Amino acid sequence: MVETNVTTGAPERPVHDVESVVIRFAGDSGDGMQVTGTQFTTTSFMVGNDLSTLPDFPAEIRAPQGTLAGVSGFQLQFSSQPVHTPGDRPDVLVCMNPAALKVNMKDLPPGAIIIANSDEFSDGNLRKAGFAGNPLEDGALEGFQLFRVDVTRLTRQALFETELSNREKDRCKNFYALGLLYWLYNRPLDATVAWIGEKFGKKPEIAEANVTALHAGYHYGETTEAFAATYRVAPATIASGTYRNVTGNTATALGLVTASQLSGLSIFYGSYPITPASDILHDLSRYKNYGVVTFQAEDEIAGICSAIGASYGGSLGVTATSGPGLALKSEAMGMAVSMELPLIVIDVMRAGPSTGLPTKPEQADLLMVLFGRHGECPMPVLAPGTPSECFDIAILAARLAVRYMTPMVILSDAFLANSSEPWRVPAAADLPPIEVEFRTDPEGFGAYRRDPETLARPWVKPGTPELMHRVGGLEKDAVTGNVSYDPANHEIMVHTRAEKIARIADALPPLVVDGEREGDLLILGWGSTTGAISKAVATLREEGLRVSGTHLISLAPFQKDLGALLAGFRRVLIPELNTGHLRFLLRATYGLEATGLNKIQGRPLRVDEIADAARALLVEN
Amino acid sequence: MVAEQKLTKKDFTSDQEVRWCPGCGDYAILTAVQKTMPELGIPPHNVVFFSGIGCSGRFPYYMNTYGFHGIHGRAPAFATGLKMMRPELSVWIVTGDGDSMSIGGNHFIHVLRRNVDVKILMFNNRIYGLTKGQYSPTSEQGKKTRSTPYGSLDNPFNPVSVALGAGATFVARAIDVEVTHLTEMVKAAAAHKGAAFVEIYQTCVVFNDGAFENMTDRKSKHDTVLFLEHGKPMVFGKSRDKGIRLRGLTPEVVTIGENGVTEADLLVHDAYSNDPVYSFLLSQILPPVFPTPVGILRSVQLPTYDALNRDQLEKTTAKVGRGDIDTLLRSGELWTVS
Repeated sequence: MVETNVTTGAPERPVHDVESVVIRFAGDSGDGMQVTGTQFTTTSFMVGNDLSTLPDFPAEIRAPQGTLAGVSGFQLQFSSQPVHTPGDRPDVLVCMNPAALKVNMKDLPPGAIIIANSDEFSDGNLRKAGFAGNPLEDGALEGFQLFRVDVTRLTRQALFETELSNREKDRCKNFYALGLLYWLYNRPLDATVAWIGEKFGKKPEIAEANVTALHAGYHYGETTEAFAATYRVAPATIASGTYRNVTGNTATALGLVTASQLSGLSIFYGSYPITPASDILHDLSRYKNYGVVTFQAEDEIAGICSAIGASYGGSLGVTATSGPGLALKSEAMGMAVSMELPLIVIDVMRAGPSTGLPTKPEQADLLMVLFGRHGECPMPVLAPGTPSECFDIAILAARLAVRYMTPMVILSDAFLANSSEPWRVPAAADLPPIEVEFRTDPEGFGAYRRDPETLARPWVKPGTPELMHRVGGLEKDAVTGNVSYDPANHEIMVHTRAEKIARIADALPPLVVDGEREGDLLILGWGSTTGAISKAVATLREEGLRVSGTHLISLAPFQKDLGALLAGFRRVLIPELNTGHLRFLLRATYGLEATGLNKIQGRPLRVDEIADAARALLVEN
Repeated sequence: MVAEQKLTKKDFTSDQEVRWCPGCGDYAILTAVQKTMPELGIPPHNVVFFSGIGCSGRFPYYMNTYGFHGIHGRAPAFATGLKMMRPELSVWIVTGDGDSMSIGGNHFIHVLRRNVDVKILMFNNRIYGLTKGQYSPTSEQGKKTRSTPYGSLDNPFNPVSVALGAGATFVARAIDVEVTHLTEMVKAAAAHKGAAFVEIYQTCVVFNDGAFENMTDRKSKHDTVLFLEHGKPMVFGKSRDKGIRLRGLTPEVVTIGENGVTEADLLVHDAYSNDPVYSFLLSQILPPVFPTPVGILRSVQLPTYDALNRDQLEKTTAKVGRGDIDTLLRSGELWTVS
């Protein structure tokens, strides 16, 4: 254990160049760790690093102060190389109280830096966190580089000239810690100073105090001898363009609004608040000047039904939810399949069953969205792999929904929803329009007379003269759409609905493969495991192993080249945050015997977990 | 848009064969609606009928308009989505006592409290017909049915009170066989700007025959039904000698000419009263002590949800300008890498 005392003076220190750093900020829910993490993110991108972030907050809004349940965290990885994930294990843990240390110390690799706010390690707080002694003093942190900083006391000291109460001064301590980290990693303060000015513009004394605390933290690093060196992470090579930081939920909302503009269809978003999907509602409700209508329905069922009603009227109906809400929507999803109307149903998956772990990711709804409805009820299912891909997938879903006249599912998850990455903003001119056709011609009209290529039925807006017709959940005649109890007609309709969904494969892009299309091992994933898989594949390939990786953006139907790709590898590893849903599907579809890497802890897969599983598999034969 | 040619009942009659049981009250309601629609001046293609599940659910198939036969209890939710996006359409919901008071209770109260501009016709036969004869949320307590051979235990809902409790701006009650009056109610609902709720007592000849017999039988109906008319005293009875008088907040039945009671003592109906106490009190005037009031119980004007939504959209757009993709995507904090 390295331990140092606070002294003054400004010693010269070496600067170490490092490729990547993973920092986790952790504190009580009220300690402002999300703000601290976000600010560090912005600054790091501005100095040219590639990065990825993951906030980690508890399900409780404000759990009792100082308890394990109340710990809120924010992790980011910044690098001079391409970044695929927020990082496996933190190189640096900033913990603002004992509970934050307790919750996070098990994730730290040996030698990790711990910066602890030692002021908060009182007997009472230690007891609340379940420590028998004080880990800062009893050797419990042997093997780590521990830095004890009296953040609370030093922040108050820095603000001693202000009129603020101690309570208000204490609220500035996250900026003190941030200032120290900026010094340690040689980052500029100006972006955060500007942000503080904007955020607290109406309370200049608070803004000034936060800026003072930020500078004080920075100077503390400079003057203390506690830290033997500072670190530098060089800028990454990033394609030129305009960038912004997006979470999966924000990218989804942006994608939906963009799809609306590309198609000329108004978006109607009907939903009921549920974690971790609510931010999509929050985002969309601000876009009224884009013609977006949001409707906070009385329940999950009304959310989807109102969206179906809007689609029936010629808008693009969208609803989003998470597992428990999706279960409630399943009857209406079946109705949308039967009505053959465009609709987008977004499931931001969280760990279940039932309320489960409401803020934690899991990929265990895949089989539900494929099979969780009564009757023969096929629905296409798309899955973005990264936060920014949520944008592309939302547009693709809209394009397919309209072209094939079908409800679409998008499977996102709590990890994609909340984690963020820099996203190169596309130009409107580069996005192809979404073609929409409304039927107005009564000649030869049948409500279920289909386009021979796509098998889509016509979309008729109520209000169109001479095309009045009645549709519903009862089985329909294959041409007129009138109610039909004819047994043969029912069988035709079941097959036709399935065939229509199968034909969507014609419109899907081929798989993007990291590496060759044949080799010893294919690591195949979908959804939020994509980043970790990409990084693991890159690492394994550097080791000279014949490994390739890909992720599916469509789980139903599969992309057309999947079968051929699978056949090119001796082994297939499928990492999933469930007990093996995709593996089950591939066995059923292709007779594939793949190996699963299944993690069901409400946490993302780590790169090392995937790489280790791959190496073990390659050693086996 | 007004059709150039005069519309008739035939214009609103679809080519589908009507498949309700012979003698079902739904036939009378269908006829009343088909007769009323031409008078509204709305062409059939601008009219949409939504329904849920149950015998009433088949109604849209028989109307030569746009029709949407949804899932059980959810018609108000489908209709809300459509009306918000297409406020120019005339949107109707046909439902039953099970569809809207039981499985769809939540949507029923919320469409009313939001005051979405839709017309709701609820066929109340106080029984589950399509599932073959179980008691419904409006069945009287103690009712013996296939699912309650020893009598039902539930207190029934009074749909009109439920609607008023939810803040409905238009509430009326009608009886299937009182065709002229029913037609008037449908017309009044159509004319109302906002959510309009019409409860229609309707006879299920198979599973609950005679449920409203004393209200439809020529001999008894004058004593059991109170026809509400705005601005008129509440008089009923074959000889029009009975009335409702209010003592404090308690209504009572009195006889005109007895104990010095004159027509001037009677409660005068105010259909446009904004006072929820009055409307609710009226909804609680019920048999066996009182006759059942039919007619418009409440009709008040409040902004509709769909209009408020449009308004907010237009005002926001006027204020910040119509957005396009490039503005949207560049609306956050941006960095340029060159």
